[in-house]
Amino acid sequence: MTEGAYAHSNSQRHCGGVNGVNIDINQFVQSFLEESFEGLEIMESQLLGLKDDADTETINTIFRAIHSIKGGAGTFGFREVAEFAHGVETLLDQMRAHKRSVNPELVKLLLEANDCIRDLLIASRDGVSLNAQHIDRVRESIDELLQGPASADKAAPAPVAPAAVATAVAVSNAAEAAPEPEAEASPAPGAVTGFRIHFVPEHGILRTGNDPLRIFNALADLGELSAHCELDQLVPLDALEPEECLLSWQLVLKTEAPEAKVRELFEWVEDECELVIEALAAVPSADTVDALAEPAASAEERLDAPEDTGVADVHPDTVSDDGPTQDEIPAPKPADTRATPVAETAETAADTPTAPEHVASSAKRPPADTPKPDLGQARSTERRGGGESGSIRVNTDKIDALINLVGELVITQSMLSQIGEKMQNQENDACLEKLFEGLTQLERNTRELQENVMSIRMLPISFAFNRFPRMVHDLSAQLGKQVELRLSGEQTELDKTVMEKIGDPLVHLVRNAVDHGIEPPEARSQAGKSPVGVVHLNAYHKGGNIMIEISDDGWGLNRDKILKKAVEKGVVAADQHLSDEQIFDLVFAPGFSTADQVSDVSGRGVGMDVVRRNIKSLGGSVEVRTAPGKGSTFSIRLPLTLAILDGQLLQVGGETYIVPLVSIVESLQVRANLVKSVAEHNLMYRLRDEYIPILFLNELLGVPGTRAKLHEALLVVVETEGQKAALVVDDLLGQQQVVIKALETNYRRVEGLSGATILGDGSVALILDVAGLIVLGRQHSERHHQQKDAATAHTEAA
Amino acid sequence: MTMGQQAHAEHLENDLLLASGDGDQFLTFILAGEEYGIDILRVEEIRGWSKTTPIPNAPSYLKGVINLRGTIVPIVDLRERFHLEHLDYGPTTVVIVVRVQTERQGRVMGIVVDAVSDVYKFKSIECQAPPEMGSNVDARFVQGLATVDDKMVILLDIDRLLNMEALTEILSSNA
Repeated sequence: MTEGAYAHSNSQRHCGGVNGVNIDINQFVQSFLEESFEGLEIMESQLLGLKDDADTETINTIFRAIHSIKGGAGTFGFREVAEFAHGVETLLDQMRAHKRSVNPELVKLLLEANDCIRDLLIASRDGVSLNAQHIDRVRESIDELLQGPASADKAAPAPVAPAAVATAVAVSNAAEAAPEPEAEASPAPGAVTGFRIHFVPEHGILRTGNDPLRIFNALADLGELSAHCELDQLVPLDALEPEECLLSWQLVLKTEAPEAKVRELFEWVEDECELVIEALAAVPSADTVDALAEPAASAEERLDAPEDTGVADVHPDTVSDDGPTQDEIPAPKPADTRATPVAETAETAADTPTAPEHVASSAKRPPADTPKPDLGQARSTERRGGGESGSIRVNTDKIDALINLVGELVITQSMLSQIGEKMQNQENDACLEKLFEGLTQLERNTRELQENVMSIRMLPISFAFNRFPRMVHDLSAQLGKQVELRLSGEQTELDKTVMEKIGDPLVHLVRNAVDHGIEPPEARSQAGKSPVGVVHLNAYHKGGNIMIEISDDGWGLNRDKILKKAVEKGVVAADQHLSDEQIFDLVFAPGFSTADQVSDVSGRGVGMDVVRRNIKSLGGSVEVRTAPGKGSTFSIRLPLTLAILDGQLLQVGGETYIVPLVSIVESLQVRANLVKSVAEHNLMYRLRDEYIPILFLNELLGVPGTRAKLHEALLVVVETEGQKAALVVDDLLGQQQVVIKALETNYRRVEGLSGATILGDGSVALILDVAGLIVLGRQHSERHHQQKDAATAHTEAA
Repeated sequence: MTMGQQAHAEHLENDLLLASGDGDQFLTFILAGEEYGIDILRVEEIRGWSKTTPIPNAPSYLKGVINLRGTIVPIVDLRERFHLEHLDYGPTTVVIVVRVQTERQGRVMGIVVDAVSDVYKFKSIECQAPPEMGSNVDARFVQGLATVDDKMVILLDIDRLLNMEALTEILSSNA
């Protein structure tokens, strides 16, 4: 949302409040959320690219993003988001003014804050509760950071910039408030006992008829109020304007009243002041420590849990966890973590300005892990959920092209109906030529229209690639590796459905590349490579398919290790002879992992088989190439779209069927001497040095035909998942692109079929599923043998 | 569709317009001399028989699928569904395209009947609950019985009749 728009809706809210004009803001909330998520993405990518202070443009971009989010959040009543964003904005404002230097810890904190805002937005949108500890932790880190350096230059004249004022004020706040949690005996642990209110009115507040004193009196009615007045901004008497309010206040209100009640009192002035209301933390008691220990234990369980959840564990958010692993840290005592950093900050702040940040970031670590699994889960569902939303953003050019085409179609249609009229009036000869002309035009129009409509669903693959810079950044930091991520071919377009489904497999492959592929810096240096490893993501079109390659320049796959592991795990027999290619292919086998240690990042033995299965289900394939010491490349081939298929039309028993062109290896005429029989019923065809089972389509599909005429038939050799089969067909008809229609819509899934399509003459043709046919073939021959056994048993009994 | 059928369909449409007031309307059709009725709100269209594309390994009463303006629609032969004697498809053979509601989704299916008969309006009190006695039709699929001019009309519950899960069950129990 632009700032202008924010201002606009802000004023609308005022109208609503004062004049009772009722505007349904729900529709705006939706777009606010969308824009906020976009803003967060921008912020994230910019943060990752942020190198130093000189990068003012980047900082400005981030600032604008967070500012819009803050504004929108305030307007639509996402108070928590607005407050949180405010802290972040203040930090960024200081960076923008070069009052704070860019360093990795700061960037990390901002990235975490970015996640927190996303979580908060999701939580408010879905009405789900979220683990506030994590949010609080980041918020505290930000607050501490804001307090830190300012305390160092407290003696310096107070700057006029409001953000800096807030910082200065926050310090005294902390000094006052920090010991509070311990000092205060609370009857109900965990309950809010009061609020700390930071109130910085604008200078002109008195002119609008608002008197802070009245607000304070009202606050005092709610409970016990202590006020601390800050005089930082006070100017010498000769410069003082009597109508200006240069004071600000730090209030501590001990009350049982809810926050809304307190906020209500500030309702009239909230646009003319900076207001931060935060709940006073309750005294940590034995109960709360236990309560904290509990999630820690369950988090441990959860670390094991993903083993059977398939792809769930490949998500970046669960791996971006950068705290120490679960078993290393004891259940944190909230009292310690809260009290120490503040105390240390006060001590060390005078020495060096960067020290407090350091303390803050190390102090915030221990509690980090406890809330993380929950949040990771929530966020992963969001990203996935968000990706699979029903709506799609379409480039206006594409729509314009469509409108043009439809226009042309209408012209062609009227032209054709004119010809029709003339033909009725017996002007045949002259019209015939025109008719054909019209038909050609119609054909071209329809084809183009189809192409254009299909292209609406196409999105650049950058949508899928976008998440990787952050993931690789977090992951390499966590693993202590130096990894550079290179992206290319981001503009390659891909069907939206395919894109949504390829996300998780890609995450897994990239994660593997960083975790297993790239060596630690020392190992790289020893091998004479640059310590910085490179992971390269590339996408390009290749003959109706899209290719996505994930390559790394790490150690490459270890042939012997893979083979040893596969034998150990019983994936292959020890004496089996395998080619290198087959060995490398074993990494896709279920239950296979070569990681020496089960790490947090990967190595649970699920994943690669899931990756392959997911890609298969999209009608694609994945393979690996590798060179020892040079790295490995995983290539994914995917169809451009799931809606259209290049098919070979074939005829069996008078019916027309379609086989996907990609699964056809070759077609040939039967030579009787190459047909061999196994156990009489099963026939094999010898193709060069390979025996391929023959599948009689007429038997499998229940259409007329006989085995006797095999020598007159044609064989179509198909391959899927490494299995080959020869389909017996009466005739090959032609190749064409077909639009896939699901049989499930009105019927159900049928084994051996992947769908149906409508041919040029309006009739329905079924699309064969090669893998399903092979299964059908196996069942068919088993049934045959059973029947035979039964028959033999019968004769014997007789 | 032949001219005769077209005239018939128009006649039905007129009936539809005339019929108003209380009660549910039923489209009735003839199957082996018996008259059956289905809820007219479920009827999408009435069309002549056209060649279907057979589905492999489907029950015999599933005659295959047809293309209905871009949608793949399965066709069920009601005679075979009720284990009646098979009748060759002729120019008067009619396919009634109906919308079937199941728990999960709505489906469009076609049923092959001998001929379409009429549109009647029945109040629920005029309908009799299905008796437990045997008929060509499984009692589960009968919603009720109604009388028109001394003729009996069997009102079918097409949701149950064309429930795909049930169809599949029957198939697997046969296999």
